Amino acid sequence: MAEMQVDVVGVEKKIWSGEASFVSARTVEGSIGILPGHEPLIAQLREAGVVRVDPTDGESFHVAAFGGFLSVTAESVTVLAELAELASEIDVAQAKDDLREAEHYIGESDDQEWRVARDRARARLQAAGESVEQ
Amino acid sequence: MAANLRVLRRRIKSTKNIAQITKAMEMVAASRISKAQARVEASRPYADEFTHVLKTAAKAGASDHPLLTPREEPKRAAIVVVTSDRGLCGGYNANVLRETERLIRRLSDEGKESTLYVIGGKGTAYFRFRNREMSGQFTGFSEVPDYANAAHAADHLTAAFLAGGENEVTVDWDSDDEADSGAERKVMFRAPQDAEGKPGVDEIHVVFTQFQSMMTQTATALQVAPLDLESEEDDEGSESSSSSDDSDGSDREAEYAFEPEPEVLFDSLLPKYVRARVFAAMLDAAASESAARQRAMKAATDNANDLVDNLVRESNQARQAQITQEISEIVGGSDALAQ
Repeated sequence: MAEMQVDVVGVEKKIWSGEASFVSARTVEGSIGILPGHEPLIAQLREAGVVRVDPTDGESFHVAAFGGFLSVTAESVTVLAELAELASEIDVAQAKDDLREAEHYIGESDDQEWRVARDRARARLQAAGESVEQ
Repeated sequence: MAANLRVLRRRIKSTKNIAQITKAMEMVAASRISKAQARVEASRPYADEFTHVLKTAAKAGASDHPLLTPREEPKRAAIVVVTSDRGLCGGYNANVLRETERLIRRLSDEGKESTLYVIGGKGTAYFRFRNREMSGQFTGFSEVPDYANAAHAADHLTAAFLAGGENEVTVDWDSDDEADSGAERKVMFRAPQDAEGKPGVDEIHVVFTQFQSMMTQTATALQVAPLDLESEEDDEGSESSSSSDDSDGSDREAEYAFEPEPEVLFDSLLPKYVRARVFAAMLDAAASESAARQRAMKAATDNANDLVDNLVRESNQARQAQITQEISEIVGGSDALAQ
């Protein structure tokens, strides 16, 4: 099976790096799945979104990526994010609390910051494998 | 004589105490350097990849974007000055501020007004004392900066840069909210609310201390925006010219697809780019600050120890002189009695 070099890079450090056979993400224009040999592409990801990576060896995993970009060539995929968290590092209880709080405040005042907080909490939960209604 | 000896002993004690304090500060700074250096290293992949993305997108024809083209007749330039919050770090802040003054002079020679964005308590104190107006002040994180701090400062800059040198920053939150609540949500840049009414700029410069090695840190001024693609390409070129697939690479880059189209992509890249640059400068500066402090404190400890050595010698002399005097007094006294 063909493989490609995948790097998930956050501002402060490289989150993950290795060989993978499949990457899927949501860009501002829609979902995208990338197999090795994809056409070169630079795409902007959703402000808060989930990236799935299927490594060549090992289980597939999810990453919550905020404010990210995707840079694709035939043999490599790079996810650049202002903040990126591996699913295994996400505190599910904390994210649930955040989501509840954000939704509570959105009802009261239609403030942008709470909406961002809600989207972030949702992305975290999705990455961690919890079911969230979108 | 006895009084003199007591004074000397007191001075020795207090100097030793000072040496202990500076020694402790030296150790703290030393342990911070390696941490700060590691952060600089860890943040490098992001900066490198980001530059690559920008270049690729620029080649694909978004080259008339304000980020890439110098404005005609630039009127005003923003200068970001990265200093430390605390002192006791030798010439660290003085060097940055001197470099800043030099840059201000150069810009005014070119007919550009400067507006200051100052990071760090020492820098803000310097400009406040001289009654110089600052468009932005950010303090409280110079030793361990995180990305949120950088983003906050950088967003002020982006807002000013987008406004342009002849205008003022206007913050229009309401219309943004409407745009955001639309079905197809596009991520647009949102200016910080307190940036309202600040002068706009045509250029962004950063003055910070570059961490070159443990022993050398130099205050440097860099232009952040508009981005000088030519010179950066030269840097890269010298590195990659040895590899044979250079021409191959540029062929491939021409076929890049963009999502969304390059112009829109650039609009959302701009604020992130400024954030990344400011963050990188802050990390570099933090490492330099610790290194400068470590050196200053090492010098202070050495000086204190020298001082202690000299004082001990002096006090020994005084003690000896006292003893000699007492002996001669006793001898003199017994001689007088014997007669």
